[in-house]
Amino acid sequence: MNLTLKVWRQKNATSRGHLTTYRVKEISPDMSFLEMLDVLNERLILDGDDPIAFDHDCREGICGMCGLVINGVPHGEQRATTTCQLHMRHFKDGDTIVIEPWRAAPFPVVKDLVVDRSAFDRIIEAGGYVSVPTGSAPDAHAVPVPKASADTAFDAATCIGCGACVAACPNGSASLFTAAKITHLGLLPQGQPERARRARAMVETADELGFGGCTNIGECTAVCPKGIPLATIARMNADYLGLAATGD
Amino acid sequence: MSTEFYRTGAPIEDGKAPDGVIAERWDNRRFAAKLVNPANKRKLTVIVVGTGLAGGSAAATLAELGYDVKSFCYQDSPRRAHSIAAQGGINAAKNYRGDGDSVHRLFYDTVKGGDFRSRESNVYRLAQVSVEIIDQCVAQGVPFAREYGGLLDTRSFGGAQVSRTFYARGQTGQQLLLGAYQAMARQIQAGKIEMHPRTEMLDLILVDGRARGVVTRDLVTGEVRNHFADAVVLASGGYGNVFFLSTNAKGCNVTAIWRAHRKGALFANPCYTQIHPTCIPVSGDHQSKLTLMSESLRNDGRVWVPLTGGDTRAPADIPEAERDYYLERIYPSFGNLVPRDIASRAAKNVCDEGRGVGPGGLGVYLDFADAIARLGRDAVAAKYGNLFEMYERITGEDPFETPMRIYPAVHYTMGGLWVDYDLQATIPGLFVIGEANFSDHGANRLGASALMQGLADGYFVLPNTIGDYLAAGPFEPLDDAHPEVADAAEAVRTRVAKLLAVNGSRTPDSFHRELGRIMWDYCGMERTDAGLRKAVGLIQALREEFWRDVLVSGESEELNQQLEKAGRIADFFELAELMCIDALHRTESCGGHFRGESQTPDGEALRDDETFSYVAAWEYTGDRPVLHREHLTFEYVKPSQRSYK
Repeated sequence: MNLTLKVWRQKNATSRGHLTTYRVKEISPDMSFLEMLDVLNERLILDGDDPIAFDHDCREGICGMCGLVINGVPHGEQRATTTCQLHMRHFKDGDTIVIEPWRAAPFPVVKDLVVDRSAFDRIIEAGGYVSVPTGSAPDAHAVPVPKASADTAFDAATCIGCGACVAACPNGSASLFTAAKITHLGLLPQGQPERARRARAMVETADELGFGGCTNIGECTAVCPKGIPLATIARMNADYLGLAATGD
Repeated sequence: MSTEFYRTGAPIEDGKAPDGVIAERWDNRRFAAKLVNPANKRKLTVIVVGTGLAGGSAAATLAELGYDVKSFCYQDSPRRAHSIAAQGGINAAKNYRGDGDSVHRLFYDTVKGGDFRSRESNVYRLAQVSVEIIDQCVAQGVPFAREYGGLLDTRSFGGAQVSRTFYARGQTGQQLLLGAYQAMARQIQAGKIEMHPRTEMLDLILVDGRARGVVTRDLVTGEVRNHFADAVVLASGGYGNVFFLSTNAKGCNVTAIWRAHRKGALFANPCYTQIHPTCIPVSGDHQSKLTLMSESLRNDGRVWVPLTGGDTRAPADIPEAERDYYLERIYPSFGNLVPRDIASRAAKNVCDEGRGVGPGGLGVYLDFADAIARLGRDAVAAKYGNLFEMYERITGEDPFETPMRIYPAVHYTMGGLWVDYDLQATIPGLFVIGEANFSDHGANRLGASALMQGLADGYFVLPNTIGDYLAAGPFEPLDDAHPEVADAAEAVRTRVAKLLAVNGSRTPDSFHRELGRIMWDYCGMERTDAGLRKAVGLIQALREEFWRDVLVSGESEELNQQLEKAGRIADFFELAELMCIDALHRTESCGGHFRGESQTPDGEALRDDETFSYVAAWEYTGDRPVLHREHLTFEYVKPSQRSYK
């Protein structure tokens, strides 16, 4: 198929960006979206142009490195899919596709479609862990965990940290990302001792980094490649407000 | 001995190998190792390159112990290293099932699975610490699968006869890595780890023969910079991307360990490559990587091809009598569950006979029709739903309706830098852990053992052994002006400039694809003397063309993904040649290394223990490499011919 691409080009963090139009021909429906960009980049190099910079690594939907806003939707319109797992068979011959980077103040553009998501690392560093130095663990069966808790914790723990939730949110909120970790660890017995401290530190760090607040719109969960549920945000709020009420 | 391809040097020995009763060796070594006073630990700095399971767990643990750690990864966050993509699970000799498992059985299975080309002492230690890994990860909050009683669930995996694999659905690697990443995050917050994401190591700094630091390039600004330490740990993963198409992440590369190899670290068993049997086949020339489908699918899927070549009917139109369930036919006792190397080669054989299916005839069916009839659609969906979905995303075909098509793909490299029992390379102060070293898997790795080894090295082995070396530190302070430092940094700048200056007519990827094709054709699932000789010539010619005609766009002082690629490909060329030479010299078949000339009458791998019961450790010379042999002895597991019939 033949397609028209409008791609965000931006030389570096400080320069102004703009959409540039490219035409690509004979795209196979079996290609992934990123392979389609590979084909374009090979041509740009041979033409003496600067190839388009975009982040990607595992190309199997788990590392969380890739992420493009495709026709206005983070990771494109197919539900529960990362950009690398989106295939060209979902497009039609003659389509025009607009490709942009994540847009959020705490995710500044580095170059073209590459953004800096290190703010997510800062949120985890604030408290997204259980403090258990190597070698200090009891036997794994010393603390049974109800299967339902383990399963719900797992669902939240599948977050890949791609940032689509922030890119989709009109408020640029990191609530779904933050809540996923708070839910994962807060549901497990191992996470209890630090539960209140963790929620406060992570929420306040997200605020300080410039992420917006949550107004329950739900765009985040709609674009999340792992389908992290909105209910995690309710849990985060309960942990955060609960500790405010007890004065902890 | 010497040939046109290599020279033979003095044998080497593992100078740190403890002796005595195997079960006591790790205790003995820990007791004999020197300790570092807690007050001195904070005066010592350790560099860790790579943040996968091995590097992440090592960085966190070293920081917890009190060392100052500098950690580096090429990704934008340490959470993204490719350990994250491991699906199946992690082995541990917990024997929670009471099904006869033990440390000794895990040890035995791993030595046998490695086709008797690994060290008994190392493997035994791995089996011992496997137990502690599960405890540690559970305490971190890793959400392993559980039973209704709240205890951990396990499954059998990769043909093991006991149920020792712990798992977190099909995302075990992700959950374990996030556990290690979070432990790192805690130490970053505490100021004990200085994290450098989007930073690539381009050379090792040696001062007075010791590993004292790394030269890096900041992938955003292009700045080339020196970092100093008292010891350097490489945890940079495997080199399967030398084949271009593999299940590795696109960024996985050999540069960190290859640069160390060029500086004197011996490279062991480079030709040992694991080719995984259940991957989604190539769909066209645009293919950029291959995706693994978990081995667990072979528990219920049946592998088959049409009985006769050139049968282009849809699978549903081929009657039972005209199908060949070849694994069940050739290996009646293990059937579809034979180990990876055997399943891969059998698939290659039927495709070579012209009976493969799908585009180019490079695929075999993995059929769930029987399982769906026997267990019901819902039960199959509960077990494999996420994998079926992933398959459908990529191929557009629904495995509930039509059989999956699968084909082998490069997945893991058992070879790596040579290390002693302490995980120290032949350069003092250089330690190598995880897939980047060669230590535990011999010639073939068993399923669910990579995660075990990465975490064993990082959490439990290295933090104990590195102290023995660091007890002699801190070493002399260094700065950029030190002659050996300045030389290393200058070499990096020169090389970057050289890549940009070629300004030829072919893209880096076009060279990488061609190199990968050579490796797959001649150093892949079946290797022969003639093929390998030919490959060496082709690689040398292509490498010469690369340095004459590669076109790297852009500048060095900016984010330049083509420049990153070109540097990695340049190192892959040199590695590829060494892999072929190693494969050429090892005229036996063993594990993942199959030499066409060395097979049993019915086509199975034929080892030659008389001649080849050794680790091949190669020294870089710039000309013909020098082979140093480390002889392997087996006191506890008697080498035997593997049989899965």
